[in-house]
Amino acid sequence: MATNDKNLVVGDSIIELKNVHKSFGDKPVVKNLSINIHKGEFVTLLGPSGCGKTTTLRMIAGFETPTSGQILFHGKDITELPPYKRNVNTVFQRYALFPHLNVFNNIAFGLKLKKVPSGEIVEKKGVKYEKMRKLTKKEIADKVSYALKMVDLENYEKRSVTSLSGGQMQRVAIARALVNEPEVLLLDEPLGALDLKLRKDMQIELMNMHKKLGITFVYVTHDQEEALTMSDRIIVMREGEIQQIATPQKIYDEPANAFVADFVGESNILSGCMKKDFCVSVLGSDFVCVDKGFKSNELVDVIIRPEDIRLVPVDSADCMKAGYIQSSVFKGDHFQTTVIVKDEYGDDNEILVHHTNPRTVGADIGLSINPDSFHIMHKSRIINEIETEMWDEGVVEICGGKFECNSNLPSATKVRVKVDFDDVELTDDEADGIIGATVINSIYKGSYYQCIVRTDDYYDFFVDTEYEWLKDDRIGIKIAPDKIIIEKIEEAEENND
Amino acid sequence: MTDNVQQAPKVRKKFKFRLTRRAFSYPYILFLMIFVVVPLVLILVNAFIYDGAFSFQNFADFFNVGTSKGLSVLWKSIVIGLMTTVICLIIGYPLALILSKMKAGKLLILFFMLPMWINFLIRTLATKAIFDAMGVTLGMGTVIFGMVYNYLPFMIMPLYNSISNIDKSYSEAALDLGADKMTVLVKTILPLSFPGILSGITMVFIPAISTFAITEILSDRQIYLFGDSIQNMFSQNMYGVGSVMSLVMLVLVLISNLILNRFGAKDESGSVVL
Repeated sequence: MATNDKNLVVGDSIIELKNVHKSFGDKPVVKNLSINIHKGEFVTLLGPSGCGKTTTLRMIAGFETPTSGQILFHGKDITELPPYKRNVNTVFQRYALFPHLNVFNNIAFGLKLKKVPSGEIVEKKGVKYEKMRKLTKKEIADKVSYALKMVDLENYEKRSVTSLSGGQMQRVAIARALVNEPEVLLLDEPLGALDLKLRKDMQIELMNMHKKLGITFVYVTHDQEEALTMSDRIIVMREGEIQQIATPQKIYDEPANAFVADFVGESNILSGCMKKDFCVSVLGSDFVCVDKGFKSNELVDVIIRPEDIRLVPVDSADCMKAGYIQSSVFKGDHFQTTVIVKDEYGDDNEILVHHTNPRTVGADIGLSINPDSFHIMHKSRIINEIETEMWDEGVVEICGGKFECNSNLPSATKVRVKVDFDDVELTDDEADGIIGATVINSIYKGSYYQCIVRTDDYYDFFVDTEYEWLKDDRIGIKIAPDKIIIEKIEEAEENND
Repeated sequence: MTDNVQQAPKVRKKFKFRLTRRAFSYPYILFLMIFVVVPLVLILVNAFIYDGAFSFQNFADFFNVGTSKGLSVLWKSIVIGLMTTVICLIIGYPLALILSKMKAGKLLILFFMLPMWINFLIRTLATKAIFDAMGVTLGMGTVIFGMVYNYLPFMIMPLYNSISNIDKSYSEAALDLGADKMTVLVKTILPLSFPGILSGITMVFIPAISTFAITEILSDRQIYLFGDSIQNMFSQNMYGVGSVMSLVMLVLVLISNLILNRFGAKDESGSVVL
């Protein structure tokens, strides 16, 4: 949840989302989203399906109203403004071209409804205002043919939209949106339905259009490669929350957490331990790294990109960790090799390596990694998760306390309890809570505080609150029964663990 | 072994009947022959028989503007049929639109279908009883009411289906391009539901012009429509003129079907895909 906004100029933002929440029924889809989109930027909302990226786009377009929070356009609140009054246009995922209209009329649809100042000034009741007029037929025809030229579909005016190929429909959809000269163009996975070759071509074309027109593009995709190629900035989302906002380079090189690293590009994500500044223990060995400022012996996620690992002979001085090659696959411009190395417990770990020379499967090999290739991040989580047992029907035991919940599972059933950060209530007086805990730390996150509180069972609760809690204070923890998510742990699953 | 192999086809030839998909249509074809084709042929034959001999007299009787009441009845039927269709469309379209927007639309549409589970004669007699009790004079107004009441479900159903099948993204695209809610309705939903409007009109207009009994009951025998007079002819044993009128009806239905189909076909080449 790191925001890297510092290096970008603030003040020229065109769209601003402020603490936007959106739920469908009880299901939160977008949680406390705050973003600034700058004028002329190409911003991509990236995330797996169901992460809330399309909902976010639809809120900007005006098709959904946020449950709470504000959307600003040039600093003006447009949260409640209907879509047709917003100066944004959308390219829809399935194009949504009107099947009863031909290409010309599809593109002219918005123009025919548009009103422009006519230059004529009239005075009514002492107030002077400029008369509005509709566009003339000639103006509309000119604009449509210009838009068609822009998307390389000249002389397609009379064609029926159903006779077009997927790529052509896509171009018409883009022309239909751009012809209205919006200040912001919203694109909802516009290339999702195209084949790979066409998708690559359209990516380049969209980027050129963005450069040429200078308008703001907000792009939604689940394709990390597409996002990395096209964007000025990427907003990585997961389960309705922002994971990272940064340039593609930064997202790739310095992912904010294990999720981003995993989602963007190939990576090796390992659990390690920070021994001291500049020294990380991972895979049973200590490595030199460039990170510092972690607590001594803090558990961390260690991320290493496959192309940052060099394969060296086992007996070479560069060899930092020895293993053997399990498999090696040619990927067109590089080999992807899986190397098995043993960690301190003797368990096998699979490490992905990208390299350019063919290697023999089964051969012993050494790994060499530069200190700056270790990306080390705090272990983060997105929900409080505790494995425990039911105390009784409707009562679950959490860290020695008995919490009321909405589950009818019988006593002693093994369950996994999940509680959202903002569903944990902290009480000033320890006695007011069901269990007591100590505040470990409290970080200001831009609009709220994220606290970590440690129970007497040494479980750390992550809590989002609007108040700052003082470190080392004793507090009480309460959770509303309907906020406790209980999942039964199946026996089979337990055995697997 | 070889003997068996050679014998097998012979046996198969004897019992050639195989339960293919085509076999399922045989009972229906038989039914059609007996109850549709034969009566049609009978009507055709009857139309040309006058006093036991081949003649065009029946046609002359019907189309003689001076003496025949048939033509004016036919005209009145078409007018009433058109009025019924227009009123059904005016009531049915907004209703179908509202129902398609509601979550409980599927359930509510059932309420509009419910009266159809009662025989239309019983329904019409009940309507008449209500009018009598309320002291409403029977006449053109009550006839139109009865017709609309009877045929409204046939209008709502296809409209509801076609409106609720319109992808929501079309309305969103129109809103996005600057159309307010009314413009969205006129410029996207209305044209996209055109196939539904056509089939609604077909399902109301064609039965409405040939309707009988409803008019008779709800106008106290003052207003006779074409369907009523055909029934009248046959009940008075005037098979010749009755058959001619049935043929006229048939031609009318064919023509209206043709026109409506032409509209639909044209529209499809104009690329309505639903």
